[in-house]
Amino acid sequence: MMQSSHRRAGSIIPQGQFATLLLESAKKLSPLYLAKNPVMFIVLIGTVITAVLSVEKIISSQSFLYELTITVLLFLTVFFATFAESVAEARGKAQAASLRSARADTPANRVLDDGKIEMVSSTTLKHDDLVRVGVGQLIPADGEIVQGLAMVDESAITGESAPVLREAGGDFSSVTGGTKVISDEIIVRVTSLPGESFLDRMIALVEGANRQKTPNEIALGILLAGFTLIFVLVVATLLPLAAFIGVRLEVTTLIALLVCLIPTTIGGLLPAIGIAGMDRALRANIIAKSGRAVEVAGDIDTLLLDKTGTITLGNRQATAFIPVPGVTEERLAKAAHLSSLADNTPEGKSIVELAILRGSRVETGLREQAEFIEFSAQTRMSGINTPDGKQIRKGAPDRMMRLVRESFQKVPPELQADVERVARGGGTPLIVTEDGEALGVVALSDIVKKGIKERFAQLRAMGLRTVMITGDNPLTAKAIAAEAGVDDFLAEATPEDKMRLIKAEQQKGKLVAMMGDGTNDAPALAQADVGLAMNSGTQAAKEAGNMVDLDSDPTKLLEVVEIGKQLLITRGALTTFSITNDVAKYFAIIPAMFASTIPSINALNIMQLSSANSAILSAVIFNAVVIPMLIPVALRGVSYRPMSAETMLTRNVLIYGLGGVIVPFIGIKAIDLVVGLVF
Amino acid sequence: MDVFLSYLLVFALALPLGWYMARVFSSQSTFLDVVCSPLENLVFKLLRVNPRQGMTWRGYALALVFTNLPLGLLAYLIFLFQGSLPLNPDNIPNMPWDLALHTAASFITNTNQQHYSGQAQLSYFSQLVAIVTLMFVTPAVGLAAMVAVLRGIMGGLRPDDNTGAIPAANLGNYYVDVFRAMTRVLLPLSLVLALLLTWQGVPSTLDSAKTATLLEPSAESTTQTIPIGPVAAMVAIKQLGTNGGGWYGPNSAVPLENPTPLSNLLQMIAILLIPVASVFMVGFFTHRPRFGVSIMGCMVLLSAALTFFMLVTALEPNHAFKGLAASSANMEGVEQRFGATLSALWATWTTQTSNGSVNAMMDSLNPLAGLVPMVGMWLNVTFGGDGVGLLNFFTYLIVTVFIAGLMVGRTPELFGRKIEAREMKLASIALLISPLLILVPSALTVAMPSLAANSNPGFHGLSQIVYEFSSATANNGSGFEGLGDNTVWWNVMTSICLILGRFIPIIAPLAIAGLIGMKKAAPQSAGTLRVDTPIFAATTLSVILIVGALSFFPVAVMGPIAEHLTLGQALPQPIPLEGVR
Repeated sequence: MMQSSHRRAGSIIPQGQFATLLLESAKKLSPLYLAKNPVMFIVLIGTVITAVLSVEKIISSQSFLYELTITVLLFLTVFFATFAESVAEARGKAQAASLRSARADTPANRVLDDGKIEMVSSTTLKHDDLVRVGVGQLIPADGEIVQGLAMVDESAITGESAPVLREAGGDFSSVTGGTKVISDEIIVRVTSLPGESFLDRMIALVEGANRQKTPNEIALGILLAGFTLIFVLVVATLLPLAAFIGVRLEVTTLIALLVCLIPTTIGGLLPAIGIAGMDRALRANIIAKSGRAVEVAGDIDTLLLDKTGTITLGNRQATAFIPVPGVTEERLAKAAHLSSLADNTPEGKSIVELAILRGSRVETGLREQAEFIEFSAQTRMSGINTPDGKQIRKGAPDRMMRLVRESFQKVPPELQADVERVARGGGTPLIVTEDGEALGVVALSDIVKKGIKERFAQLRAMGLRTVMITGDNPLTAKAIAAEAGVDDFLAEATPEDKMRLIKAEQQKGKLVAMMGDGTNDAPALAQADVGLAMNSGTQAAKEAGNMVDLDSDPTKLLEVVEIGKQLLITRGALTTFSITNDVAKYFAIIPAMFASTIPSINALNIMQLSSANSAILSAVIFNAVVIPMLIPVALRGVSYRPMSAETMLTRNVLIYGLGGVIVPFIGIKAIDLVVGLVF
Repeated sequence: MDVFLSYLLVFALALPLGWYMARVFSSQSTFLDVVCSPLENLVFKLLRVNPRQGMTWRGYALALVFTNLPLGLLAYLIFLFQGSLPLNPDNIPNMPWDLALHTAASFITNTNQQHYSGQAQLSYFSQLVAIVTLMFVTPAVGLAAMVAVLRGIMGGLRPDDNTGAIPAANLGNYYVDVFRAMTRVLLPLSLVLALLLTWQGVPSTLDSAKTATLLEPSAESTTQTIPIGPVAAMVAIKQLGTNGGGWYGPNSAVPLENPTPLSNLLQMIAILLIPVASVFMVGFFTHRPRFGVSIMGCMVLLSAALTFFMLVTALEPNHAFKGLAASSANMEGVEQRFGATLSALWATWTTQTSNGSVNAMMDSLNPLAGLVPMVGMWLNVTFGGDGVGLLNFFTYLIVTVFIAGLMVGRTPELFGRKIEAREMKLASIALLISPLLILVPSALTVAMPSLAANSNPGFHGLSQIVYEFSSATANNGSGFEGLGDNTVWWNVMTSICLILGRFIPIIAPLAIAGLIGMKKAAPQSAGTLRVDTPIFAATTLSVILIVGALSFFPVAVMGPIAEHLTLGQALPQPIPLEGVR
């Protein structure tokens, strides 16, 4: 996480890349490339025409300053657009490079058919080759562990410093090339070659090399092309119509008007916005397999969230000792403490911690003399036989009550009530006995993460429904669901249950996002509209989902939704801004076109621009510079907080709609104050 | 005050009518079933139409086109040969081919743009059979298409509503919708209005023209021929059906067509009645009253703004009288019986809807007042023509949903149904129609003066040209006049505008509704875009103004605005196009 927050910082343009960026942008000026973007293609054609007109004027030694300036400005407009796209791509590449750096050529110990070991370079490895990786060695390629187990440091990929356990068989058998084994030795079957691994393929996607337009981007492109066509008609018909009322219009001026009216701002920034969306996901250490996946994330209606790790802090913890009448809390705490001395599970440790907090101390030397009873599936209890002969046990309520009865002791009625109360409250009750006598209940509870309730409330305001998935029994699940403020829960959930839930939600027309890691999650991950696989999960899970979270952090699902929404909002906001800008541009250029022949029309020059040429140039300059000025917005996304659709619409219409009307009036006037000195 | 009361009357009558229309088109029982149902069954049997058979958008559009085509053709042939056809007591001759083409195109598109003068160039047969039939059919077609679109955006009719299951969204049955619109809405309303108008003195007879001896005979003439006929019936449907074509050339300015203040009021109400009732109907029909209210809000605001601007500008004194002591409102071209206010109100209402009937001379309006009817036609959504006004609004609604939908962070959806590339393509085509059909022919007309034989120079001349094409494209039918428009050029060019301007803006929304009707609807939540909130209505209004009106800002400047600003100055002279550059 530290690394990812580090990645988030930094300037818009990757350091030391300015020259490369200029070159990349220049390459994109090719007409073939621009033809994919109708808005910018029209600007390019306009540039060529004004260039020809400038040359004509130069040859016939007329004054050519105006034509030449317009030509340069139009060229800059196109260039700024390709520049924006190049910057977005460069940021993606820089991000990808830092992921790749860990994946360079490494030596590998290939296991031959006869069992001998051969030292080769990782680049020569083939599919299904077996390699042996020992302590301190880098895993040469993505693969599955076929033998052994090891602690693996995956910080190069995830930024998470704590090593993770990987072992053959089960859900934690996949390892990633470039990560380091820090204990034991494993045999790995290579599943993909360096440079072609799953992650490599996905990183290539992020770099923009194989980027395809998303459905929404295509639809918006069509609308923008429609607007462009309307304005082409408006401007093309102006020439004869103006001639009819005795006004001679310059072709250069008409082209300037056209370029100002067509939605160049959004047309220029649209590709950059799309790339930046995937890039923002990558900054959150999420690799999206396609731009479409990010787009869909904005539409999610239902989030399936795993309880553990997302809603609650990892494991359950002891939160209270509830003694039966006649037993002090001190005595119960001491007994619980003793019974958990050898219990290394997080629950056991938390009991010890709570007991110490309640003042319980264990005599020195007791540990060595006592006999520990380990938990087993048969006895379903654990405990200790102390040197002074006490038999202390703890376990699940039904088992312990049987033990009490078997010891011919009475089960106090209060005990039954306490057990039920703890269970109803979402906790897990354990009973502690001493020589068959029930002392009381230890309550283990899930600790709901701080701030998660507020987060869910925000999600609800945005119209998202949250469903908690847990293996707990319905009673416990209900209590935690209430405490965390989720909308619904699925208790005692099996992978099949998850699948059913997803299908049921989709039947209602909802889009569902889920996170998973196990192989048995794969069908559900594939079925969900957004399937976020944990990188720690199996290859099957990663292949099935449409995103992979390198940090394997369950809360990432919330971030994914926000990134998707932000991407769509940025598109909508800049489209609105681009179109509303036209009002001011009309009021700058139209009076300028006619006022020289029909002076009365200057009444429409409400900005009081200094001259006709200055008015037109100022509008064109504004139109050009607004593109680079909005590159940061396009790349970072418009500022976004969770809120209801109506509030969000009001806010964005005011900022980008009303702002889009007002800002250019100010901008063009300001530019005119400078340009007016020359023209 | 007159204005406010007129609005109030319209709304008071339109609300119950809207409720009634929703029942009619949801096939619920109405009090007219006793008469209509047997008739309906008979007609469907004769036409071999299964009224319970649903249609996809393609089926609906095809039925629409292939019923309109023969009707238009028939009308064309009637005009072409009316001289030899019956019911022609005044011996009116055949129409020339281009005028017949234009007249047929004009009436099949619910436009009623008239390049002929009603009483002088149409026989009773032409008026009654061709004109009045089309006046009834075309508004019914518009209403039917609107109802089909509403069904589509709500996901189409459920399978159990029709017998034959169809693979795509079921938009209902075109023939049933048209027939119900005619028999249960248009006919009864026109019957009532025709009777009221006859009572007020509008002629209602099949006799030939009357000849009167002048009280003060002059050297040239001693008698006057006064054309009459079944005027009341035609005027009723002319107004209710947003048709606009009058019996007489000068339309509702003629005393026989519009004799009293009451007849004037009745006709004005009739202009707005069905378009306003259709908007009320949306709320009842979709069971989303707030949706209807939000559309109504948009339209009322626009309508009120246009009307207000109209009244302010039209009541300015005529510029020629500026500085004189007795300066009142500009009365040039105003029918004295109604006065300037009611003429101005009529002028703006008739162009906000696609009606196009007139009771004063648009050409004589003050320049800026002349801009108001043009804006009304460019937008064509302030209530608009019967049915089609809402269809135009629907196109803007789709574009707004797309942009606003993105701004709330979801891929755009209307009532939970996604709007994607194909829908945007259709909406863009529909948006393109207005600028394409108004600006391009106008430019061609001024660029080829020899061909177009354009009559007037200067800003006002340009306004006349742009107005004519706007009126044709918006299927309005009113004329700025002052234009020698009965020429081959004008007849053919405006026919193209009429037909494309009618059918593309009907078929594109039908297709959009059919496409989204097939999609699965996502349930509404706090995160989905609501189309019935004030902020969404305001956004729609902005889209209409910026996208719809801004395209015409340059011509508005070159026409009425320049004329206004240069009043009293010398007229500009056109420059030859070859000299440009």
